[in-house]
Amino acid sequence: MEHIRTPKVENVRLVDRVSPKKAALGTLYLTATHVIFVENSPDTRKETWILHSQISTIEKQATTATGCPLLIRCKNFQIIQLIIPQERDCHDVYISLIRLARPVKYEELYCFSFNPMLDKEEREQGWVLIDLSEEYKRMGLPNHHWQLSDVNRDYRVCDSYPTELYVPKSATAHIIVGSSKFRSRRRFPVLSYYYKDNHLNAMANRAAGKGYENEDNYSNIKFQFIGIENIHVMRNSLQKMLEVCELKSPSMSDFLWGLENSGWLRHIKAIMDAGIFIAKAVSEEGASVLVHCSDGWDRTAQVCSVASLLLDPHYRTLKGFMVLIEKDWISFGHKFNHRYGNLDGDPKEISPVIDQFIECVWQLMEQFPCAFEFNERFLIHIQHHIYSCQFGNFLCNSQKERRELKIQERTYSLWAHLWKNRADYLNPLFRADHSQTQGTLHLPTAPCNFMYKFWSGMYNRFEKGMQPRQSVTDYLMAVKEETQQLEEELEALEERLEKIQKVQLNCTKVKSKQSEPSKHSGFSTSDNSIANTPQDYSGNMKSFPSRSPSQGDEDSALILTQDNLKSSDPDLSANSDQESGVEDLSCRSPSGGEHAPSEDSGKDRDSDEAVFLTA
Amino acid sequence: MEFAELIKTPRVDNVVLHRPFYPAVEGTLCLTGHHLILSSRQDNTEELWLLHSNIDAIDKRFVGSLGTIIIKCKDFRIIQLDIPGMEECLNIASSIEALSTLDSITLMYPFFYRPMFEVIEDGWHSFLPEQEFELYSSATSEWRLSYVNKEFAVCPSYPPIVTVPRSIDDEALRKVATFRHGGRFPVLSYYHKKNGMVIMRSGQPLTGTNGRRCKEDEKLINATLRAGKRGYIIDTRSLNVAQQARAKGGGFEQEAHYPQWRRIHKSIERYHILQESLIKLVEACNDQTHNMDRWLSKLEASNWLTHIKEILTAACLAAQCIDREGASILIHGTEGTDSTLQVTSLAQIILEPRSRTIRGFEALIEREWLQAGHPFQQRCAQSAYCNTKQKWEAPVFLLFLDCVWQILRQFPCSFEFNENFLIMLFEHAYASQFGTFLGNNESERCKLKLQQKTMSLWSWVNQPGELSKFTNPLFEANNLVIWPSVAPQSLPLWEGIFLRWNRSSKYLDEAYEEMVNIIEYNKELQAKVNILRRQLAELETENGMQESP
Repeated sequence: MEHIRTPKVENVRLVDRVSPKKAALGTLYLTATHVIFVENSPDTRKETWILHSQISTIEKQATTATGCPLLIRCKNFQIIQLIIPQERDCHDVYISLIRLARPVKYEELYCFSFNPMLDKEEREQGWVLIDLSEEYKRMGLPNHHWQLSDVNRDYRVCDSYPTELYVPKSATAHIIVGSSKFRSRRRFPVLSYYYKDNHLNAMANRAAGKGYENEDNYSNIKFQFIGIENIHVMRNSLQKMLEVCELKSPSMSDFLWGLENSGWLRHIKAIMDAGIFIAKAVSEEGASVLVHCSDGWDRTAQVCSVASLLLDPHYRTLKGFMVLIEKDWISFGHKFNHRYGNLDGDPKEISPVIDQFIECVWQLMEQFPCAFEFNERFLIHIQHHIYSCQFGNFLCNSQKERRELKIQERTYSLWAHLWKNRADYLNPLFRADHSQTQGTLHLPTAPCNFMYKFWSGMYNRFEKGMQPRQSVTDYLMAVKEETQQLEEELEALEERLEKIQKVQLNCTKVKSKQSEPSKHSGFSTSDNSIANTPQDYSGNMKSFPSRSPSQGDEDSALILTQDNLKSSDPDLSANSDQESGVEDLSCRSPSGGEHAPSEDSGKDRDSDEAVFLTA
Repeated sequence: MEFAELIKTPRVDNVVLHRPFYPAVEGTLCLTGHHLILSSRQDNTEELWLLHSNIDAIDKRFVGSLGTIIIKCKDFRIIQLDIPGMEECLNIASSIEALSTLDSITLMYPFFYRPMFEVIEDGWHSFLPEQEFELYSSATSEWRLSYVNKEFAVCPSYPPIVTVPRSIDDEALRKVATFRHGGRFPVLSYYHKKNGMVIMRSGQPLTGTNGRRCKEDEKLINATLRAGKRGYIIDTRSLNVAQQARAKGGGFEQEAHYPQWRRIHKSIERYHILQESLIKLVEACNDQTHNMDRWLSKLEASNWLTHIKEILTAACLAAQCIDREGASILIHGTEGTDSTLQVTSLAQIILEPRSRTIRGFEALIEREWLQAGHPFQQRCAQSAYCNTKQKWEAPVFLLFLDCVWQILRQFPCSFEFNENFLIMLFEHAYASQFGTFLGNNESERCKLKLQQKTMSLWSWVNQPGELSKFTNPLFEANNLVIWPSVAPQSLPLWEGIFLRWNRSSKYLDEAYEEMVNIIEYNKELQAKVNILRRQLAELETENGMQESP
């Protein structure tokens, strides 16, 4: 708390990024963990919560007549523009946030104060939900080729590897230690995935290496170089793409040119291509593959995970996907803290490595809509929590560090949280017995660049107006839910009917309860309130002179277009941490920002703001 | 029969057909007056049945005596025929070329097509102007049907019946027609029941360089305004282009003469610029050799999505004037037969829930495209593979369909029809067994006696069996105005049409099927439950009656 220079500023404006003329007036609060903006408007009192750990950059812009603008860019791609009346307040907020967004100790992170009101037992159960030893068992390990090695007990050989590792049976401790000396960061080759389907002893491996193996010394081995750029190129690429996303009313050419220029989709495709190559080698050629980059914790993790997803339907399930991240990323020492800047550190270490993997999954979901048990929201929420530090899973740079910090005793697991809310993350089109669900996913070998698309659901996810306004996923989930109720009702009705018929046969009188009223629902997943808000279609059109009567309403109708977030991101978009009881805001209503006013077509809430006539 | 002269070789054996997503197949190639047919000899089922009119361009190549004909279709598909024998190949190629470019409309397939289905409802009478008028005549008496164009004498590209302000008589309409391009005087396009505002459309005013004016024209459009209200004129040309038009006798409404109207210029491209855009886009989609950056830059260079954004933006603006500003609008460009119709019809998709139903959308196409005089025959004569640069060919209708698809993508539950419906309309606009899209306007269709001599597309589409293919299972009537996003991030490439032959849609089709199954199963259960409930209720009343003597 000592870093908060001013806990509360009134009369702050939150600017609508889509139509800058709209701004919400409210109060800004700084807490130990969040920046909170609460609208004054009595009928919404909408709240916007930003975790300090989500803050990527804070920019103080030149003071204008209306106040001092502060631009906050978040790691989950939210952009917040505030206008603070007093320069001094703005400066205080700025200085406070600069410090709060860059914690220096793990203990400052949100997960150490986050309390979802679970007892100790529940917390412990949460941590064992995803169990990697179970996963190796599922792969059929150990077997006559592979064994569990205790060579890395107490992280003696490699401090960024886990203690439990599978290595070839023939690899003695002596060989492993020798190999580790030859590999960067002592990351010797270990088993990542064992493909038991074709019983050809095929597997994907991981290891690290600076430089590459001399082909002469490795008989029976084919080398394949797949150019995936390094973390610095990727960081710049994302930066460039986000600049494009941030453009105010860009032309189509601005957008496409900027997207191309960022190179982002080219990088995504390179990762996918490498994953496809490995999956093919393993499944079709029955070859074992050793994957490495320089340190083996970034590109290697991306490529191995993509290949695993293509090969094994298990990883395309909710739980399997958690296992995959737990195995390929968390346990094998992907440096979450460095890459995602959880603690203040070297900005050159930051890079969207796992973001790229998550996007690869989305690109696959677009091409195989029935193959994944989870939906887009699942991916978005995982991305969010990698940066939120609300759960302990992604803390630190290795298993060793996490054990030392006693993460499992002091924080909660994201996997348990996601699993508890799994109903929100299910893909209604997934069916375990569907042909698309089975076996390896086969992608065409042709370049097919057009298959890789810009993911606006992620990078513009807070611009709700840009997203499809009706969610097919939510609609189908509602139908399926009703179907289930109908099945139950049908069974009950049949039973009752049978009973009555029996009773009638026996000429006995029966009194029965009134049948439930028919309750066919309209699955209204459409966010009509947003549907009813026109956007800026005009560029800089001159105002129509007769418009004056509406001018007076300008201020009274300060509405964010995003005030109707409804179900699409129940726990993230505005207030991801409803359940956290740490805040001291007495004004906070439990329903928070999920206010979804139903606006019928007759009631023109926004009509005065029809923005096509911006002066 | 003239066709026989054009068919030099009616039949060739041992022809190998290559086409997207199917293995090559060997069979016998037959040419008929309207079709190119290839059937494999094994089981005698047709492998290919292609309308000559669907052929956009052909290439031929020879390797020794083996000839290859590459057929590029107007629906963007490319197929290849390997034909043994140089002479046969040359004969086939020249026959196809001749048959796919017949001059006379009356030789086209719709005049020969005999339907294999029973016509339940004659589509030629499905959407009569009188019926359309009735839909809003109960809400307003400010409008009337005029028969001034009965013999197509006042405006050759208008239908015989148009809707005009009640206070304007036919004589005035005749005068206004002389002041508007192509005689296209302002007529009613859409009446917004919610607030009584209207969309009108017309051709450009013929002001010329000396600022000619027409009192009747001013009176006509002012007659559509409520007292004290103002309206907007949306000109689909840039101010520059509109000014240049004066030199050729055209022009735009001067503020001084139309003080109650505010003019907005929303430039929408037309003619060969659109055609070139389509050619470039399809070329980019077909070229699989380039890398990711080249793909994006080619997509950008085609400008197709820029056109989509322009058109949608203009339509949204029009809809916003009507619904949010409470102002009536007049829309025109030059002729009022292309960009004007894109804007008026898309604005209705946004504003009017009915136009998002299958029937309503058909009525919209009938009213705003066919009867409004969009020159389909000229615009759709050639598609993405044409080499000849004719001024009058342009994918105006395809752009409209693409824009509808964009809105459908953003509001997937608000349309009664699905993507396949839009694709079907695209196909039939370019090549069809039905007469609906023949001719350039009602006058030409009348002369061709299409109603008597050909079948209407709607007669076929509106059969229950066919409709089910085009029905969106997610549809839930949404009575609201739907405001699409026009941000570039919200406007992707329409893969269903442009990548249709370049990527397998197997997995997407499976997903669609799964979606249908989920909803069908729900409906089935709903029906079962309802039956049981009724049964139970009956039994219980019976019991009750037994109980109380």
